[in-house]
Parts: sequence; C-alpha cells; structure tokens
Amino acid sequence: MFRPRPDAMPATVPVIVEGRLVHVPPGASAAAAVLAAGFRGIRETPVSGSKRAPYCMMGVCFDCLAEIDGVPGRQSCMVEAQAGMRIRRQIGARHIDPTP
Amino acid sequence: MTRVEFAIVGAGPAGIAAATLAAELGLDTMLVDEQGSPGGQIYRAVERARPGSPLGPDYLAGAPLAAALRASRVEYRPGTGLWHVEPEGRLYVAAAGRTETILARRILLATGAIERPVPIAGWTLPGVITVGAAQILLKTADLVPEGRMVLAGQGPLLYLVAQQLVRAGAPPAVILETTPPANYRQALGALPLRSAGVRPLLKGLLTILAVRSAGVPVRRGVCGLHAIGGESLERVVWDGGEIAADHLLLHEGVIPNVQVGLALQLRHDWDEHQLCWRPALDPWGQTSLPCIAVAGDAGSIAGADAARLSGQLAALDAAMLLGHIDQRERDRRAQPIRAALGRDRALRHFLDRLYRPARSVLAPDDDEIVVCRCEEVSAGHVRRAARLGATGPNQLKAFTRCGMGPCQGRVCGPVVAAVLADALDKPIAEIGTWRPRAPFKPVTVGALADAETADW
Repeated sequence: MFRPRPDAMPATVPVIVEGRLVHVPPGASAAAAVLAAGFRGIRETPVSGSKRAPYCMMGVCFDCLAEIDGVPGRQSCMVEAQAGMRIRRQIGARHIDPTP
Repeated sequence: MTRVEFAIVGAGPAGIAAATLAAELGLDTMLVDEQGSPGGQIYRAVERARPGSPLGPDYLAGAPLAAALRASRVEYRPGTGLWHVEPEGRLYVAAAGRTETILARRILLATGAIERPVPIAGWTLPGVITVGAAQILLKTADLVPEGRMVLAGQGPLLYLVAQQLVRAGAPPAVILETTPPANYRQALGALPLRSAGVRPLLKGLLTILAVRSAGVPVRRGVCGLHAIGGESLERVVWDGGEIAADHLLLHEGVIPNVQVGLALQLRHDWDEHQLCWRPALDPWGQTSLPCIAVAGDAGSIAGADAARLSGQLAALDAAMLLGHIDQRERDRRAQPIRAALGRDRALRHFLDRLYRPARSVLAPDDDEIVVCRCEEVSAGHVRRAARLGATGPNQLKAFTRCGMGPCQGRVCGPVVAAVLADALDKPIAEIGTWRPRAPFKPVTVGALADAETADW
C-alpha cells in the first residue's frame, strides 16, 4: 500500500480505479492512482496469468499496462491522471472491441 | 510535415541545456518529451516542488533549468513520444493519439538512463519496485510506501532515496547493501584526492550518515537476495537472514537508455567499467551516423551536472555544423564547459568501482529466475537455448520469445547478454544486443496512418 506523505500537495484530481474513487494530486500518473487506490496488482500477464504491478514508473518495463478510458494496453505510468478518468486492470492480453 | 533545424529528444538536464543554448545561438530548435513537464527523471515534476520538500536542495536545483526552457524560444512539445526515427533525420512523434512527422537537419538523443535490471527470485511480485520508481511516486504524487519497507542493492541513488523517504516520514525498515566486499579495496585506489571530487564525496557520506543516524539499520555484503510471496510480496530473504516486508525497493545503479540508438544501428560499445552498452561518441557527442548526436546519461552515466554540460557541447557542435557559428567560436565557448566536465568527473571512477554490481546481478545463477519479465523467460530457458545453438540475443528471440514482449527487451537486454556470454563462454562485447524496431512505444493504427513517410 501507499499513502500520501505528511504535508502533501492537495489530492484534487478524482479518478475511478476499478469502480473505486480515489483522489490524486495534479500531475500524478494513472499508475500512481492505482497504487493510491490500494491495489497491489494492476494486471495479469498473458503468459501465465501472474499478477503484476507498476515496477519502474518511468515507461521502461510495461508492467503497468492497463485499460484507460476504454483503451487497453496503455502504459499507465506514462498517462497523467485526469478528473473523471476510468482505469481498469488488464487481465491477460488486451481485447479490442470489433465494432466500428 | 514540420521542418526544424535541430530536434532534441528528451527534456532532462541534457536535452533542456542543449535546447536553450541552441535557441540562443539562433537555431530553429524543437524539444520533444514524453513527460508532461520538463526535468527528465532526475528533475521530474520539479516545477511543482516547493522549498522544504523532502526531496532536498539538489532536486530543487533543477527548477532554474526548467524556467530557462520556458523562457526560451525553443518549440517545446511535452506529452510527445518518439515512436520511430529514420537515419536521415525524419522523426515520427505521437501526442494525444496523433502522429506528427518532423524533418530535422540534426537530431540530438538525450534519452537519459534507465535503472539496471535486478533479476532476483520474485522480482516480478507486486510489492517489488525499483528505488527510482519509489522516488518518482514521491516526486509526482507525494506518495510513500506504507508498511514495512526494505531497500536492497547499492549506488548513490539508493541512499539518496532512503534519506528522502526518512524526511517524508517513511523510513525503511532495513537497507540491505549488496556491494561486494572486494569493491571497497578496488575503489580505494580511485579515491579522489583533488578538491573537485572531495565535495561530492563528502555530500554522499553525509547522506549515508543522515540515514544511519535516523536509526535505519544497514546490513553490508548481502547476497542471495530473494523476494517471496504468493500473489504479492510477503518476505525478503537473503543468505543468513530474512524479514517480513510489504515493499522491496531494488537498485543496482543506472545504465544508458540506448533503445533508440540501437534501433538506428548506431555503433555501440560494451563499457567494461560501467558494465553497460553505450553509443560510440566523439567529444561533441557525435555518433556513427552523420546527423545524429547523443548527450547526457544516454551516452555514458555521469549524472545531472555532466549531462547539462554535455548537452551544451552538443548544441555548440550543432550550431557550427548548421552554420550559425564558426569553429573558433564553438571551441572558444566549449573551453569552460570542458573544464567543468573534467571537475565533475573526478568522482566517477571511484563510484564505478565501488558500486560495480556483482556478477550474479548481471547473470543470475539460479535457473528459475525470470530474466524476461514480459514473456516470463527464465535464466534456465536462455541457457538451454544457448546449448541448442542460439548464438546471440536476436536468435534467442526465435528460441524463446525473450525480448519480444511489450517492453521490447528494454529490461532484459543487459541480463540476456550476460547470461548468453557465460553460457557460450564469450565476452559480452562479442555477444551483442537486441536490434529493437519501431514503433518504440505502442501507437494506435490511426497514429500509424498519420505518418508521412519518405516513400509516399
């Protein structure tokens, strides 16, 4: 789990992670919002289904892949959290909605 | 298509310094960066930092750099990711789902460093992150780990972050130092005696002292590190000890981020001192391709101040090559920059020797340890493929899918090279590395279709 440090910037950006409302400071990433919401894992690998969480937080490891506002396979550590953003965990490979 | 004289990739200290100086010298300059604000990783989110921040004064020193960029005539493009580049100077960048094609007369890659992979048993478990990741969470989201936290590894960043976490009210439960005991003797011979190296050395010692006097226990010479847990981390185990833990923060130093340079097939050399690949550069940062230069930690690990200085040298060279200043002017302006670089590098040999990772960090002994996190390929799989005839990293892909997952080999590259080197009994320099390909980052089909390629 992660918690705000004492004297932290006000967490004013509301984000919904798997249906759970959490507030993060402006400039925080979607991956930070997932951790702030208390989730330990964010995805399950397509290979073995093992649980993963953000590891590097700087766009290198791709272990933070998530579905953001309906788009799967996004690097959540590289996406800035926006008010009303919806973040969902990614289970296995990403799915693409075939409807045009 | 957008045309510029000088395109710079990466808004860390090297990229910002190069861009602001180039613009000052009259170059039509564009700076693209994936992050939403300038600073790179070292000065990440520095514009929102306030005095008294737990991150400390060295971090706040990045604020004037960001301010200089904002005040300059540089065309600064935040939130813009490079997904392809062609050797003659064509860049494809994506922002908000759309691609922009940029034709530059000269390109500077200032893509910084990444943390060296630390392949231990259990390093893929949720609860295990890098020390750098914890620092980014502190810089960008004011978040600190809650519960029992273990820091393991070595290097200047490990103690810096430990101190920052102490200041932020989240002291680690223990620091497990992995520095091999023989390194101390090796480093002693490189101890800087000139004043230029003594100051940063003292600063480092004070950081370590601050962490220790805050009551954080330190264990030295730790080996056999394991992370153990079911669905997430529960315990950290090492030879002769163990501790229950909610968080394990790993760090074994940083290495150049060479992904784009490898894709461009720039000449790269294996650096036996820093144990990493780095592009072959002349004293101005010129690579083996005529219109491409590299500056900062992307060229060789030397820290933020050296990165800023090397960015300035690359800007001076670009200004000369594009006809804005003559050679005498370039050399005259470069003199004080080179002198400062020399002073800055005084401590580097000492740090490289002291924090040289153990061989088991480069190539894990245990066959069960995952080396490719994406495709979940273990060290044993790589060794088996080597026995079956895989001669190098690129052939290994066909045997194992190692390096073919979403990270495109960014994390496993150095580990795979070392494991193959041991298995085939060859030096790493001979084993070689991946040939990454575009797109460097995931892009939508729509963004791909936007690209204005040379053939159309």
